[in-house]
Amino acid sequence: MQRTTMDLWVGLFVLVGIGALMILSLKVGNLNAYSMAQTYTITGNFENIGGLKVRAPVKSSGVVVGRVSNIQFSTKTYDAVVTMNMDSRYQFPKDTFASILTAGLLGEQYIGLSVGGDERMLAEGDNIMKTNSAMVLEEMIGRFLFDKAAEEEAF
Amino acid sequence: MLNRIVANIQDIGHRVIDSVWRLGNASRFFILVLLKSGTCLRRFSLVIRELYYTGVLSLIIIIVSGLFVGMVLGLQGYETLQKYGSESAVGTLVALSLVRELGPVVSALLFASRAGSAITAEIGLMKATEQLSAMGMMAVDPIARVVAPRFWAGVISMPLLAAMFSVMGVFGGYLVTVVFIGVDAGSFWSQMQGAVDFRFDIINGFIKSCFFGVAITAIAVYEGYDAPPTAEGVSGATTRTVVTSSLVILGLDFILTAFMFRGIS
Repeated sequence: MQRTTMDLWVGLFVLVGIGALMILSLKVGNLNAYSMAQTYTITGNFENIGGLKVRAPVKSSGVVVGRVSNIQFSTKTYDAVVTMNMDSRYQFPKDTFASILTAGLLGEQYIGLSVGGDERMLAEGDNIMKTNSAMVLEEMIGRFLFDKAAEEEAF
Repeated sequence: MLNRIVANIQDIGHRVIDSVWRLGNASRFFILVLLKSGTCLRRFSLVIRELYYTGVLSLIIIIVSGLFVGMVLGLQGYETLQKYGSESAVGTLVALSLVRELGPVVSALLFASRAGSAITAEIGLMKATEQLSAMGMMAVDPIARVVAPRFWAGVISMPLLAAMFSVMGVFGGYLVTVVFIGVDAGSFWSQMQGAVDFRFDIINGFIKSCFFGVAITAIAVYEGYDAPPTAEGVSGATTRTVVTSSLVILGLDFILTAFMFRGIS
């Protein structure tokens, strides 16, 4: 085979291969949505994080505004300390309410932020004061049964 | 009786020593190829010629099988997921299984049988017809001139082929589920993009295919170079290339997956 034809084919092959990698990262992996250029970290103490995982999204009004970067257990307060990397385009008031929610009935767990009314904003290293734990099914059923029993006693 | 037992134990020992010997030889050969690859990386036209034979000519089989694997994944995934009313997650299923596992592994298996066997047969036949010795006589190092370009061509083309396989698979899944069955295109893409992470899925799949490329071509060139210089020897070496590299791919895949995706949901 002619040398130049072979070069042409190999060049095309390499270009198509690199193109495939680009498609994978941009179209399938959606690279640009994840690259939060500037972030700030905030923490929140939760009594129970349920099935929350590192890399879970932090959402406000359903929009992803950050990601969970670290989950640790604190022996000072005996609860879970969740560190979140927040996109610095989005600023939240100091009294923002963080709760652990579930996407769908069986979906992944994420942190939902409900915006408060404070005029001061959360800054790097701040702690969210108001948190709401994940719902644990057993506790919910237990509370339901307990309430039911209390109701019947009242009658 | 005792003699028979001793002979059996000796047989086992002989086999173990033999395989360790072969493994050591293969590792030395691998290092030798790496050390002598300076020439072919400077004269890159040698690698380009081999890229044509290993990469470009493998394109058809990679593209066609990627398309069909993606279509089957889409179809089967849809059948199961629609029972739970979450057929829009089929994009996630297709993309994640292709990018993480099937893309690198299946394209590596195909590559081993399409290109690996050809490399072994070519080098083995060169050895059998004493072309390699003739090169040595002319002070041309056969490892630098024949083996190293083939090795690097395989290492370069494997990740590219795996990426093309994954892209064709995602396209095949899209074709079956969105175009033929009628899953919503928006939720197909958005659920996929929400679930596939660049660092954890795509980069890890890429790293896997690089490892497979090195493993397949290293096995193929070693088997070819080590083949007994007879017709029987070359055919046996070609078979061994395909069998060994397939097993190595699957084993390596398990080890890499255990390292990469441990603790990540």
